[in-house]
Amino acid sequence: MFELSSTLLFVAFGLYMAATIFFAVSITGKKFKNRRGLEANKSGLFGYISAVAGLISALAYFVARWLAVGYAPVSNMFEYTTALGIAMSLAFVIIYPIYKNNYLGLFTMPVVMLIIAYASMFPVEAQPLIPALQSNWLFIHVITTAIGQGILAIGFAAGVLYLVRMIDFTKASKKVKGIEFIMFTLLATVAYVMIGIGFGAADYTATFEYVNEFGETAEIDYVLPPIVGPNEGELVSEQGFNPVISMPEFIRSDDVNTVLWSVLGGLLLYGGLRFGFRKPVAGALQPLVRNVNPQTVDEISYRAIAIGFPVFTLGGLIFAMIWAQIAWTRFWGWDPKEVWALITFLFYAAYLHLRLSRGWHGEKSAWLCVIGFALIMFNLIFVNLIIAGLHSYA
Amino acid sequence: MNKETCECGHKNPYGTYLCESCGKPLKEDGRLANMRYEGVARRSQTYSRSVIDKIWNFFSSVKVGIWIIVLILLTSSIGTLFPQEMYIPPGEDPALYYAQEYGILGQLYYDLGFHNLYSSWWYMLLIAALGISLVIASLDRFVPLYRALKKQRVTRHAAFMKKQRVYGEGISSNADLEGVKDKLKSKRYKVREENGNLLAEKGRFARWGPYVNHIGLIIFLIGGMLRFFPGMYLDDYVWIREGETEVISGTDGEYFVENNEFLVELYDEQDEDIFQEALMREDAPVVSNYQTNASLYKRSEGGSIGSETELEHIKDHDIRVNEPLTFEGISLYQVDYKINELSNFTFTLESETVEEEQLEEVVFNVDLNDPQMHYDFDNGYQVEIIEYFPNFYVSDDGEPMTMNRVPDNPRIIFEVFPPDTDPETETGEISMIGVQVNEALNEGHEHRISMQDVELVDVTGLTVRRDHTLPIIIVGGSIFMVGLIQGSYWHHRRIWIQQKDGRLLVAGHANKNWHALKNDIAFISEGTNLPEVHDQLDEEEKIEEDKSKMNEGGSR
Ligand code: HEM
Repeated sequence: MFELSSTLLFVAFGLYMAATIFFAVSITGKKFKNRRGLEANKSGLFGYISAVAGLISALAYFVARWLAVGYAPVSNMFEYTTALGIAMSLAFVIIYPIYKNNYLGLFTMPVVMLIIAYASMFPVEAQPLIPALQSNWLFIHVITTAIGQGILAIGFAAGVLYLVRMIDFTKASKKVKGIEFIMFTLLATVAYVMIGIGFGAADYTATFEYVNEFGETAEIDYVLPPIVGPNEGELVSEQGFNPVISMPEFIRSDDVNTVLWSVLGGLLLYGGLRFGFRKPVAGALQPLVRNVNPQTVDEISYRAIAIGFPVFTLGGLIFAMIWAQIAWTRFWGWDPKEVWALITFLFYAAYLHLRLSRGWHGEKSAWLCVIGFALIMFNLIFVNLIIAGLHSYA
Repeated sequence: MNKETCECGHKNPYGTYLCESCGKPLKEDGRLANMRYEGVARRSQTYSRSVIDKIWNFFSSVKVGIWIIVLILLTSSIGTLFPQEMYIPPGEDPALYYAQEYGILGQLYYDLGFHNLYSSWWYMLLIAALGISLVIASLDRFVPLYRALKKQRVTRHAAFMKKQRVYGEGISSNADLEGVKDKLKSKRYKVREENGNLLAEKGRFARWGPYVNHIGLIIFLIGGMLRFFPGMYLDDYVWIREGETEVISGTDGEYFVENNEFLVELYDEQDEDIFQEALMREDAPVVSNYQTNASLYKRSEGGSIGSETELEHIKDHDIRVNEPLTFEGISLYQVDYKINELSNFTFTLESETVEEEQLEEVVFNVDLNDPQMHYDFDNGYQVEIIEYFPNFYVSDDGEPMTMNRVPDNPRIIFEVFPPDTDPETETGEISMIGVQVNEALNEGHEHRISMQDVELVDVTGLTVRRDHTLPIIIVGGSIFMVGLIQGSYWHHRRIWIQQKDGRLLVAGHANKNWHALKNDIAFISEGTNLPEVHDQLDEEEKIEEDKSKMNEGGSR
């Protein structure tokens, strides 16, 4: 069952990739006409069918893993991040029929793939549930939150689409820098995944002896070759080599090393594309989306937020409070994760109020959608992994 | 205040933008009408004389509301930079802790009071401002919106129609208005007719969504505030040893809980094949369950005062994380435990001079939580406890002391009287006994106290919680959620169809989700020859875009 679930997720990933390709063809290949001169480009439909098939396969992964491990698979970083990717594809499958916008597919599907690929960089094996998580509220709270965030993420995809469509790339400006930074971030994530898979396949590990922050000798395992090494690090494994630069003792040197690899990989990918296109990367995408109606995309991003906000509120705040009352004796405790969920909530509330006035439609609104998604990812990655709190399960 | 008289003769309150009767714009203001609150005057736009007016206007502004939300958002994030005081390790002095752990920034964090940010007065002030703003902004808009939506006229001025975002016109004789009406009704629009003019409306109640959710939010905030009143909120803590019964605080000594057994269960690496890999990777065993098998008792009413309290058994419950024991609004939660606390020592006497048979009888038990102070034996031996320190330490002045009543480091000072000594007049053999400790405190000992047995007990730590604000919080949260759904998943749509001088004007307005409105109009136009409508905003934007393109072309 457990193996099956992994296979199903893999199949889903492939189907999302197929959907991306179909949507790309549906946009670039408009010139196909059949013999009677009618539009014969069904790629959009195929793209949607692939997305639905991908979703079904992903849901099957979810159910299979649930059966295998005995609890809803949303309990650690791999499981939750995967669920978020699936939720985003679910939101897309629901929203696409309303607007039938293939551009949205082209911008959503790659993000779904990227989230799932990123998830798989975390340990994927089944982990036993600690007592605090043994509750039906685990899946009620987490799945609702994931779906809410998945819908909000569609707002992000539409927002990026809007920006790529509308920004003037002929002159250098802050906006161009901003959208290029988004592109770079996405590419750095791609690089992170590729580097992780590459060295994982090569079975790379290097072990160092180093002096930790308490002045004691300890060992640390690197899964990527060390650009930066630990404090007074000394290679003790056969594989690997000694790093050039050492980090001070209070920094997690292996994390810094991973971030450095991702940034360098991202710069390489970004630089390659930038050099190949001879213009900003997002600017190179612009001709693809010339036919997008900005008004429609603006409305899609707003609708996604308006639909996702209540779901997120219900899952991320209300269900969260109910569970906290049962498990932690109080419904609210100003734990960092709780505070960041509140911040996300307040941010989108501010967004909805700003939308009440006309001046905040269009481009400004699109930037806000991007920031909102950044907050969600921040809460997922940074707050979980860096800021310690009750939620640090992963 | 002056009334604004429209050309249709209707007198509108000062500040009105669209005539309440015919809809004609009373002021020239852009190509499209601003339909927010149907162009009705709000109090905040009308008065600004007195201080109260000024305050009212300040808080009713959405701009101000957004600023308050953003300020709360930003300050909240600062509070997560370093842990709040309640999350630093117990026993640490915050004045030192932050500087030690986080250096200069930590010191600053502490000095600025960010270690208790969420209960600081200025954070409270921001929350209060949010509440006030919610109340005033909602009141400011509720009344005019209610009036406007209640009193809608079917017949509208041509200028009103032309200024709607979705608009179209054509020759009226072609159109099949009966067909239009049927189609509107099939889409569940409410249709009203007046002199051949139509107003079709759907989802009006969605307009009240924001007001309902704001009310819910206010109730929620009030509920949160009530917590600061005494008696609304009880948060206590109780340690119970296995086999013991403790009174539950906050119940006036009426309820008692007994710890029958406490257990910690672990995942077994051997059993759990699917979790094996993860378990092997962990350094420490992974806990699968913390559980207190508890019994709840109530003091029975019948017992006369002064007689021994009789406890009536109410129920048994296995308290686990996620499964508190709840009764009459009070919940007991599994939050902590202590495995193997010392509970009982058994001692004997040893001697090199006295015969063993003489001492066989001298065996005594000391209950560390409630020690018996005097032990008499048939063969004449007597043992006395002079002093007992459950949790021993030596104070700065060199005095032996106990930290508390928990026997974590027990020390007992015994005085042993052999048969031939008189406890009244003579001094016995005094020694201090503890775990791995056996010190003679005076000279000439013939006996040595020997620890034979140690009994251990598990202790459970339960949180006792009662929160009278919960019902209010629940009501507020539910209303908020209902309002949020009401305003988000339903949309107010209107379609006006007017006949004027042989022309047919069609206009539509949606408070959001224009896409659905346009679909609806497309649906009713099919086969009824209704004039085609355009999104005038699209056109506006196209003109803008073309303009900017032309400018670019020109400058090249
Ligand atoms: C965290 C607090 C708040 C939340 C969660 C909240 C929530 C909402 C929501 C969901 C809407 C509907 C928006 C839409 O349908 O697009 C709304 C509308 C509105 N809110 Fe708030 N709100 C909050 C605070 C405030 C404050 C402080 C003000 C004060 C100015 C305010 C004034 C308004 C107004 C004027 C509307 C529009 C009402 C209408 O369309 O008739 N809100 N609010």
